[in-house]
Amino acid sequence: MRRQVPLIITFCVGIFLIAYVFSPPLTDFGENFSVYFDIIAVFAFFLGGGNLIRIHTNNLRRRKKDWWYSVVTLGAFTLMLAAGLFKIGNPGGIGASLTTSGSWFQTIFETLMSPLNSTMYALLAFFIASASYRAFRARNREATILLVAAFIILLGRTPIGYFLTAWIPDSWSILRVPDLSVWIMSFPNLAGQRAIMIGVSLGVVSMSLRLILGIERTYLGGDKG
Amino acid sequence: MTGVTCRCISRAHLPWLVIILAATLLFPSVSSGETNTAFVGVVGDTVPPAPVTSLIASDRKYDNGEAIDLTWVPSIDDRLLHGKVIGYRIYRSENGGEYKKVGDAGKGDSQFSDETVSHGNRYVYYVVAVGPGGQAESIHTAPIIAEREWINFNRKYLFLIGLIIAGSVVYFIETARRGKKLFIRRIAGLEAVDEAIGRATEMGRPILFISGTQDMDNVQTIAGITILGHVARTIADYDTKIRMPVSRSLVMTAARETIKTSYLAAGRPDAYSDDMVNYVTDEQFGYVAAVNGIMVREKPATCFYLGAFFAESLIMAETGYSIGAIQIAGTAMPTQLPFFVVACDFTLIGEELFAASAYLSNEPKQLGSLKGQDVGKAIALAVMIIGTIAVTVGQSWNIDLMNNIADWLNSVFKTN
Repeated sequence: MRRQVPLIITFCVGIFLIAYVFSPPLTDFGENFSVYFDIIAVFAFFLGGGNLIRIHTNNLRRRKKDWWYSVVTLGAFTLMLAAGLFKIGNPGGIGASLTTSGSWFQTIFETLMSPLNSTMYALLAFFIASASYRAFRARNREATILLVAAFIILLGRTPIGYFLTAWIPDSWSILRVPDLSVWIMSFPNLAGQRAIMIGVSLGVVSMSLRLILGIERTYLGGDKG
Repeated sequence: MTGVTCRCISRAHLPWLVIILAATLLFPSVSSGETNTAFVGVVGDTVPPAPVTSLIASDRKYDNGEAIDLTWVPSIDDRLLHGKVIGYRIYRSENGGEYKKVGDAGKGDSQFSDETVSHGNRYVYYVVAVGPGGQAESIHTAPIIAEREWINFNRKYLFLIGLIIAGSVVYFIETARRGKKLFIRRIAGLEAVDEAIGRATEMGRPILFISGTQDMDNVQTIAGITILGHVARTIADYDTKIRMPVSRSLVMTAARETIKTSYLAAGRPDAYSDDMVNYVTDEQFGYVAAVNGIMVREKPATCFYLGAFFAESLIMAETGYSIGAIQIAGTAMPTQLPFFVVACDFTLIGEELFAASAYLSNEPKQLGSLKGQDVGKAIALAVMIIGTIAVTVGQSWNIDLMNNIADWLNSVFKTN
């Protein structure tokens, strides 16, 4: 029974969500499902927040390795939660928007969260460089093609790429590096991406059917129970 | 007439006349015609423009009774006299009530969609042409009711294609259930799952499992969780440690349930702990920082990245590479796939992520569903080949038949 109820719910909701694509009066109900999901997710946040507090409190209590990271996590969590819940420093008081300029919440967000997020995001530049270095080594035929294509695209998006091949007459303009770069992105690259998207769409259809028909039950913990 | 003009202009005016003549020749756009009409429209115009004609209100087909489309022929003054019409106002009466303005249209416009109607109500419209000299009201439309329609026939072909693909999936599931052997190509990334878990066991290090950064309403996350079920079963058998930091609370609950059941199925419920899965944060880069910290501190031997990823994909995969972990990734995000291909040992590309659970389960029913996808691929392939030929030949040699085929295919596969 513990497995049957979720399977029945999955089947009914799945069929309904398929029907709503083809039946205009069901549109509102279909769109409401995403709202219901958000509501459930909000309640589930208490589970997540509770788990965070429990794990890091345990780390502190047992003085586990690297326990000082837990101090930072719990401190930041408590500060942000209090600043948001009680609208500390909010010029508009308790009834004002959370993101009112000057409030602690907004100040912490702008001066700590945003720079930290940007810092993590900026790391991507270095990782792209190291990953590109490995990817663009001409070890075999495929890697060589990748290297050549990448070189053309990189060159085509810089001024030097334009100046190097600007002399090519208009009738052969496709051979100019910027034009070649656009061609690679618009045709071979786009074709590959679309092929992946078609495969993904069919994969989603197949997986959705397995879920709706109850053939795929791993997300419920398998066939047992 | 010329003689009259000559008598009025003295010799002193000649330089001005030359300048005006030169300006007229150099800047024809401000010459007589336009200057005159602009003048009529802006200064001292007290004559209202002509009203719009042929105003028609029609209920939008195959909708939820939420829209009425209006078309009209713009005021003759809008078409012929520049500046005589500055725009149109649309008025509506609902169920015989008073008329209220429901929107505006710009000059030159000949249509308007009223998307503020409710199904079952009766509406009458008129359009007012507005100009500097006043405004002119059109005739009123016949009463029209916004009808609600239960089936959207615009999507009939989509329904048909979906039916064929879904039917073939169900057919192959049944075929497999009856015991027929189906060929499924080998997927290297999935073949390596056991090997990767074995490596972690031998090294005595944990396995890191990341199911993406999206919630349970994303099918890629569900695919990741289904693969987790199979991975957890093997982990339970091998008694290996698993670490699964998540960025969504619902994913945490689902993952715990999945791992717990896998441990139960392996006969080792005592080895399961809720701490295997822990919530970190919903913040994308906060989550990445936490995962990278875990990688650097705990040095997992194997990392799985299976789900929906964005910019965090390469940051995590490169960190995993730097600690020497064997990495298996899978996502349906085309923009992130190149990053995984570069940084990971095995990558499940697009549909392989969704096929993974069926592949790993080796159950005939699930494998049958994979075979059904091939029918969809065959349809897509046929349509692409025919469409490419039709467009190329039709546009190169202007052959109507080919252009018609291309248009028909376009209409069939258009979802809106």
